[in-house]
Amino acid sequence: MPIRSPFHERVAPYCTSYTWKDWAGYYAVSHYGETHLPEYWAFRESCAITDITPLFKYVIQGKDAARLLSRMAVRGFAKMQIGRVAYTCWCDANGKVIDDGTVSRLGEDHFFVTAAEPTLSWMSRLSRGFDVEIADVSEQTGALSLQGPTSRDVLKQCSDANLGRLKFFQTTSARLDGIDVQISRTGYSGDLGYELWCDAQDSLRVWDAVMAVGRDYGIQPAGIEALDMVRIEAGFIMLGVDYYSAPHVTIDARRSSPYEIGLDWCVRLDRGAFMGQEALRAEAARGSEWKMIGLEADWLELERLYESYHLPPALAPAACRQSVPLYSGGKFVGQVTSTVWSPLLKRYISLASVKAQYGKLGTKLKLEHTAFYERRTVTATVVERPFFDPERKRAP
Amino acid sequence: MAMTYDAIVVGAGHNGLTCAAYLGKAGRKVLVLERRHAIGGATVSEEIHPGFTFSSCSYVVSLLRPQIIRELELSKHGLEIMPLDWTFSPFEDGTSLLRGPDPEMNRRNIARFSRRDAERYPLFGQAMSELGRMMKPIIESPVPEPSKLTPSTLYELLRMSKQFKGMGEESLAANFKMMTMSAVDFLSEWFESERLIGPMSVSGIIGTFLGIRSPGTAYVLLHHYMGEIDGAFRAWGLQKGGTGGVAEAIARSARSFGVEIKTNCPVDKILMTAGVARGVVLENGDEYHAKAVVSGADPHRTFLGMVGEERLDEDFTKQIKRFKMRGSSGKVNLALDSLPVFPGLDPDSPALKADITIAPNIDFLERAYDDAKYGRFSREPFMDCVIPSLSDPSVAPPGKHVMSIFVQYAPYNLKEGPADWENQREAFGDAVIDTLERFSPGIKDRILHRHVLTPLDLEQTYGLTEGNIFHGELSLEQLAFMRPAAGWARYQTPIEKLWLCGSGAHPGGGIMAAPGQLCANTMLKARAV
Repeated sequence: MPIRSPFHERVAPYCTSYTWKDWAGYYAVSHYGETHLPEYWAFRESCAITDITPLFKYVIQGKDAARLLSRMAVRGFAKMQIGRVAYTCWCDANGKVIDDGTVSRLGEDHFFVTAAEPTLSWMSRLSRGFDVEIADVSEQTGALSLQGPTSRDVLKQCSDANLGRLKFFQTTSARLDGIDVQISRTGYSGDLGYELWCDAQDSLRVWDAVMAVGRDYGIQPAGIEALDMVRIEAGFIMLGVDYYSAPHVTIDARRSSPYEIGLDWCVRLDRGAFMGQEALRAEAARGSEWKMIGLEADWLELERLYESYHLPPALAPAACRQSVPLYSGGKFVGQVTSTVWSPLLKRYISLASVKAQYGKLGTKLKLEHTAFYERRTVTATVVERPFFDPERKRAP
Repeated sequence: MAMTYDAIVVGAGHNGLTCAAYLGKAGRKVLVLERRHAIGGATVSEEIHPGFTFSSCSYVVSLLRPQIIRELELSKHGLEIMPLDWTFSPFEDGTSLLRGPDPEMNRRNIARFSRRDAERYPLFGQAMSELGRMMKPIIESPVPEPSKLTPSTLYELLRMSKQFKGMGEESLAANFKMMTMSAVDFLSEWFESERLIGPMSVSGIIGTFLGIRSPGTAYVLLHHYMGEIDGAFRAWGLQKGGTGGVAEAIARSARSFGVEIKTNCPVDKILMTAGVARGVVLENGDEYHAKAVVSGADPHRTFLGMVGEERLDEDFTKQIKRFKMRGSSGKVNLALDSLPVFPGLDPDSPALKADITIAPNIDFLERAYDDAKYGRFSREPFMDCVIPSLSDPSVAPPGKHVMSIFVQYAPYNLKEGPADWENQREAFGDAVIDTLERFSPGIKDRILHRHVLTPLDLEQTYGLTEGNIFHGELSLEQLAFMRPAAGWARYQTPIEKLWLCGSGAHPGGGIMAAPGQLCANTMLKARAV
């Protein structure tokens, strides 16, 4: 049975739908009200607030902290500036991804790491011989995500952080209603947004302070369902949905390298030794088998498909995490892993894994689609990711 | 020597811009000339009170064709439509009815007034969606011309009639009733409670000079169900930053295709040589030449104004003069110091984000029409309100709100004549606020600024003849192959090389952009540019 997050007392009364999910052992709201759509729109038009405490959180301290992380992750941290945040992933010795998360440099020898899966044991194993201390602060740290165009106004009103100077993927300590918090300009929405980290004991006061000023800026508690929609629009992958953690699966075909899940841009091969380096170097030389792509279904064709049953198009109003096969010339060439009808973009978009030769922009594939019990296909085109990338996300 | 274009579009309303964008996308050299300082026509956002952005005229985006959104890449150019899928109807006794996307909630809420209606409600929606699905192809393509029996017309008629084949006898009957009955009569066949019939019937009269008991008003109800089925999934909604953002997005798309847009360029006349349009002349005498001229203005302004009766065939002139404009509505925009309250409503309720319909019962609505019939504005008008700042805080300062109130009836032709609107504007505004106060006590004290638009203002400021928001009433005799005149429903006009792309052309008004798109496609297909 899941446990309650430190924000539960505040979150629960808003959750009039009584729909909860289990997120890493915590109760997490699926959607708050009648539907998840007002929460989706808050992400894009005002400010959505989400309890992200279930993330795994670690503090790495000591003079070898940067060295340890550089050995674990696919990029180096020696030259990373204090106050910067990096999105990265880490691999096993075969160059297959274990997890992805963020690394913040809070001081010369002081880092803060988030992960989707428990990572303490893995980091400890790698740290033998390094002068570091690793603390699992997952339970002691409350975390809130504020995402959307008015998120900055909300935080400006309730904290002393200099947000005008906080650039995309930077972090700063700040005071919020007299409480020490860490604010980073990061998030899972692909929009302007911030994540707040605080002592779990201060959680309720942080929530209250943010909500009190948020009211004037259209703040809206948002659950996992709305979050899932915006992260697909942003083109962000999800562990356990778009790829699987290498140690947690039994067959190699389920394991992916960073190159195969669209994280090539994270990998820095030519530096000191790191986990998976040799395997990745070899893969970079020979080319990868799979490729993560953005896909858009041909809407008019989809309409015609439904029309052939005298039905209007019927799509789930929420994101779909069920994998769906893709074909080319009648041959199976990959699968869609996350799909959503984007109410904002008016496009039916997916993240998909395909055999590399089918991953070129503009390639037309056939996407399986079940309409009125029958499995049919519609044309889908490989398109650019992210699907949605507003200027305000990076704007000063 | 004047510049020469492939096409000149007169008016940068959403249809003119859409037409220009499609022509530009096809590689044509296009110039759009706008009379006002701002683009958008009635699709406009204006900061009328400091810090408050009003969607002065058109306030909801209805049925904007999803195909247009994709083909012109409007999302990339800033289109963001937040759906408006709740309807809140307060009543004077403090009760209210909230309807939305949750069928169980609808059933619960309607059952407080009638259990039978509550059960019928989803069936009604289903029947309407079924009818709407059959009407969809008609909206999506230019109408066939029944008087000209060419093979292609026959093919199109056949294609359209196929929609009706396989429609059961029951559906056919429902369809016929829908075409001929009044909104109230049609709804009364389904429902018994006025608390449901009243608010539902108003979608049959918006923008028309008809009452909810007038025959022919049932048809317009259907439009409300079209959004559900046209693939946009809830295409009714509010544009971020105000309605003007829709026009801005289309304009950006058009510019990306090389279209040139000039504001402060009022067109005086269409230039013609031997009956063929060859450009325009501005009020300042500047001339622009083009292979074709497209008018986004309404049929009256286009033909009786920019072409001129003297250059038109008498029969056609008569038809255009008879094309009913007669605006019947006004607009009141409020800047509010705080959120309005409605008795018994939780301030966090989604009801305030809804379409708020002041239409408490049938007699209230019919009395509102009575006033209009005799040339007065309704002393107790029907109102359709939205508070966009709740979903989109960018349109008002923090904690403050804007409220947009569509008001019917406000007849253009007052008993004292249209010019008397200058004297009656404030009294009209007072009638609106006094009526609203009865449903939302205390709203008067929340008002920071009041912006009243009469039909005369709509005509003078935004160029809508007689203040008609649809460029001509959307009544049955003015739709499809009758829009704007029999024989001229395919965007072509009796003037060679002059085309019509505004809401006065098929399929009509609302921020649908279909006339603009269909006009451009028709021109391209005919190799007219």
